[in-house]
Amino acid sequence: MGERTATPQEPLLTVEDVSLAFGGVRALTDVGFAVERGELFAIIGPNGAGKTSMLNCISGRYRPQKGRIRFQGRDITHLSPNDRANIGIGRTFQNLALFGHMSVLDNIMVGRHHLLRNNVVTGALYWLGGARREELAHRREVEEIIDFLEIQHVRKATAGTLSYGLRKRVELARAVALKPDLILLDEPMAGMNLEEKEDMARFIVDLNEEWGMTVVMIEHDMGVVMDISHRVMVLDFGRRIALGLPAEVMAHPQVRRAYLGVTDDEAAPAAETAQ
Amino acid sequence: MAGAGFRPCGDFKQDYASDTRIFDTAASRWWCVAGVVLLCLLPIVSEYGGIDLKYELSLLIQVGYLGIAALGLNILVGFTGQISIGHAAFFGFGAFASPFLNNNFGIPVFFSIPLAGLMATAAGMLFGIPAARLKGLYLAIATLAAQFILQDFFGRADWFSGGTHGAPASPFSIFGFAFDTDATFFYVVLAYVVLLYLGAANLMRTRDGRALVAVRDHYLSAEMMGINLTKYRTMSFGISSFYAGIGGALYGHYLGFVSVEGFTILFSIQFLGMIIIGGLGSIMGSLMGTAFMVLLPEVMDGLTGALAGTPLDRALGLKDNLSYLREIAVGVTIILFLVFEPDGLAHRWRQIKAYWKLYPFSY
Repeated sequence: MGERTATPQEPLLTVEDVSLAFGGVRALTDVGFAVERGELFAIIGPNGAGKTSMLNCISGRYRPQKGRIRFQGRDITHLSPNDRANIGIGRTFQNLALFGHMSVLDNIMVGRHHLLRNNVVTGALYWLGGARREELAHRREVEEIIDFLEIQHVRKATAGTLSYGLRKRVELARAVALKPDLILLDEPMAGMNLEEKEDMARFIVDLNEEWGMTVVMIEHDMGVVMDISHRVMVLDFGRRIALGLPAEVMAHPQVRRAYLGVTDDEAAPAAETAQ
Repeated sequence: MAGAGFRPCGDFKQDYASDTRIFDTAASRWWCVAGVVLLCLLPIVSEYGGIDLKYELSLLIQVGYLGIAALGLNILVGFTGQISIGHAAFFGFGAFASPFLNNNFGIPVFFSIPLAGLMATAAGMLFGIPAARLKGLYLAIATLAAQFILQDFFGRADWFSGGTHGAPASPFSIFGFAFDTDATFFYVVLAYVVLLYLGAANLMRTRDGRALVAVRDHYLSAEMMGINLTKYRTMSFGISSFYAGIGGALYGHYLGFVSVEGFTILFSIQFLGMIIIGGLGSIMGSLMGTAFMVLLPEVMDGLTGALAGTPLDRALGLKDNLSYLREIAVGVTIILFLVFEPDGLAHRWRQIKAYWKLYPFSY
């Protein structure tokens, strides 16, 4: 945990020596890091390095066999995934995970689930129990998110019929609707063209700077990672091989060998040390 | 329900309230109100208008109480994506529970019907507990257990259902006025249909309804959105059984006598047929599908009646085999719907509306 910056308050998210194994496959081995409040933190690494497993541990899909995860000073290692939404963790998925048959609007309204108080009885009575007023107030806020992410034109469309780039954006909108303190983005730009990537990068920076959300992001596009992230962690074979400022990480020899690729004349001494 | 509908040109929504209405356009709302008013007139016409509509009224009452139960199943299967082949058992539970409360505790039928719905809810949630862990075929088998356990319970629990003798059910009454004829009971069923269908439509545009659909479409991300899967899966069984219980209670008080034989697995399958034909995940579709299933035998009846005496009738013996023909027709219809219109009558209805909206142009 040497990289932890010396701020007086506790980091928003602390991951302490987390290990996760599926049978004999060690997905994560003693990975630890801390994310400060307001930070834009990127996790990179080759395919199969354990990036998504790490995110799944934070969001509660997987339960690590060893180690602890603390969020806002609270141990959340054993908290169920649906409770993590309540305490302020939102996420998007690498493979699109929208509610395909619902409208975009309803998809985003599902994100308000933990903020809404109406239930099956007051919901069915709608006009009588205050559900109507509450729903409309939240609709208002959801429209803010729709405006921000520029998806007004598809708000009534069925989510499953949208193009890939739009679906990614709707998924981000749904996660933002949770009003999370920490938002986990699993490859938000995968499969996008340059223009869509630029848009998405701008949304992420805005979320971080204007909406005040702490972002943990997995991304393969090194250009984006270098440009927008504050700090970067590199995973390889389930181990943390580097953590630091983007430029430091870029220069790290092990990272270059494992992930970024090296030019031939650099590779020769690296290959010697490896053998 | 289905996202952007076909709205008349220039009909723009100016606030969120009008954008979240159950009926997308004023016209569709008024048509629906007009339909209910027309239905209210039917018994009056039948009683005083000189046209005998008793049989038609009894069919409509059937559509009503079965439609309520079918809507419950649609919430479970169509909206939440679970499966149940024990729905008739919960229907039966309601049918016995209401007379049970009425006969043994003297609770007026007016209150015993909703109470029977709540008792069915409790039973449904109890049998729905496996749903928190099981999916698909495994869940189907678990609900099959509910079907047989409850059926057996009806047969043995003399204190509850009168056992093999069955249970008498008093007519529905308010302030001493008994709704004991088709013409009067029709209003009771109509009121329940309107209330419960409105309730379901409201549910589906609020938090918990959306959560149910989210659980159906992608349960992993639903969980990440803070939706407790166990709670909503079990709750879905509860809601579905509530509707089944109310439908069953209405059925019991309509017939005046409930016997144990009716609530078989075949009846459960028929409920599934109704919602498949009507449209899974469609509220009005549940009613359309029920009407279709109730009226199909009548149509078959009429058809064989019209063919009576013709060479076709003599060759095939249509009249003698009428009962088989009905079953075959139901089976064939379900297959045809699955192949040609898997989204059911509700979807077909939307397409017809869209067609006439644009007629004579194709775009």
